[in-house]
Amino acid sequence: MDNLKKTPLFDLYKKYNGKIIDFAGWALPVQFESIISEHEAVRNAAGLFDVSHMGEITVKGREAFNFLQNLITNDLSKLKDNQVLYTFMCNYNGGVVDDLLVYKYSDEHFYLVVNAANIEKDYKWMKDNKGVYEVEINNISDEISELAIQGPKAEKILQKLTDTDLSEIKFFYFKDNVKIAGIECLVSRTGYTGEDGFEIYMPNKYAVELWEKIIEVGKEYGLKPAGLGARDTLRFEAGLPLYGNELSEEITPLEAGFEFFVKFGKGNFIGKDALLKQKEEGLKRKIVGFEMIDNGIPRHGYEVRADNQKIGYVTTGYFSPTLKKNIGLALIDSKHAQLGNQIEIVIRNKPLKALIISKNFYKKNYKK
Amino acid sequence: MEVLEGLYYSKDHEWVKVEGDKAYIGITDYAQHSLGNIVYVELPEVGAELSAGDVLGVVESVKAASDVYTPVDGKVLEVNNAIVDDPSLVNNDPYGSWMALVELKDKSQLDNLMTAEEYKKFLDEE
Repeated sequence: MDNLKKTPLFDLYKKYNGKIIDFAGWALPVQFESIISEHEAVRNAAGLFDVSHMGEITVKGREAFNFLQNLITNDLSKLKDNQVLYTFMCNYNGGVVDDLLVYKYSDEHFYLVVNAANIEKDYKWMKDNKGVYEVEINNISDEISELAIQGPKAEKILQKLTDTDLSEIKFFYFKDNVKIAGIECLVSRTGYTGEDGFEIYMPNKYAVELWEKIIEVGKEYGLKPAGLGARDTLRFEAGLPLYGNELSEEITPLEAGFEFFVKFGKGNFIGKDALLKQKEEGLKRKIVGFEMIDNGIPRHGYEVRADNQKIGYVTTGYFSPTLKKNIGLALIDSKHAQLGNQIEIVIRNKPLKALIISKNFYKKNYKK
Repeated sequence: MEVLEGLYYSKDHEWVKVEGDKAYIGITDYAQHSLGNIVYVELPEVGAELSAGDVLGVVESVKAASDVYTPVDGKVLEVNNAIVDDPSLVNNDPYGSWMALVELKDKSQLDNLMTAEEYKKFLDEE
């Protein structure tokens, strides 16, 4: 564990009984109290996550807008100042380099939030594709900490620590220089749990203080510190993809079922030709949701079968803490992908029956 | 971590409670604690003839599936279906949540296992 990267909150994990694991080279808590109790706290009250491992990259300059519009699949032209965009950054084959959030300050200033495991790769990809665009790209990940407060009580708790009226920050908008407990932060109404909540960015040196303040104020509302375990079960129930599972350099956004975030009509962007071709030819495989009929828990990597043949594999699977069912996502051959179809998941060499269902397992509770 | 007197313990964190020629087998408090919330349990077939080291069953936490091995040879006489219906029992009462009752084939195998004292020492070193 000694060679792992640590966030500024690492020394606090012990105080909250954090169980530390290696996540993409980072020493991070998989749980504090228990995955299920933390999951339930986020669904019913609030949870506080240290997500300082996430990467932040700034893009500034006269051609920042054009550079990014070419780099990402979603349409930046629809984005207002202080709004946040979820998007993919694809390679020329249409595979996903990363999924990310784009925060727009102005047409000449953007703030990108990328996955921890992809920071170096993304930064290099961006610089390699800078071309003649007049932009300045900076990886500031090592300077920035991020906390996520998520759950129906998130706004109430955070409001106790700031004079800024948080209700004015709408879903997928942000505000910079918000003073929370006296600390200047960038605050967005975003998250990765399917609940209302905020993501808060600040310089590393304030992270411990802010964490402790939020824990203190949140206690009476049932807020709990939450780890990566609950973060994954929460995002999974809400149908949100995880890079490395549902998204990768080999899986396109179309196959993953996220064409909504690919705007073919916006003009050129990297990967467009390949994605358009794939769309026209029809998808050979796609990600579906499924529910186990037989008793067993599907897990990442398990084989999926139909008609005694391999048709794909499980990308994520869990016993769902909210729905109390064994459910999963799988990347399978399109001809078996219709809702209501029966498939088999191979669990410990036994093919067990499952039914294809909508992958929106849990109805998201966003405050719009 | 709770370690009960009078039981035998394996390095894989299974416990064995001997009653005459039979033995109950389950996982220890340390094991359930390391796993976290247990959400699924799979047990052997009644009548199965197992050798020490064979898979006795499977316990799955939210994050992962783990095999449980029998530390002794034996024929499965009974299984505890209560923990299949409610896997969280294993978290709440690991020493009450036996997985299988086996007929012991070779009681001398118990000598290869640890006493409560030895297991406590073993845990301190883990």
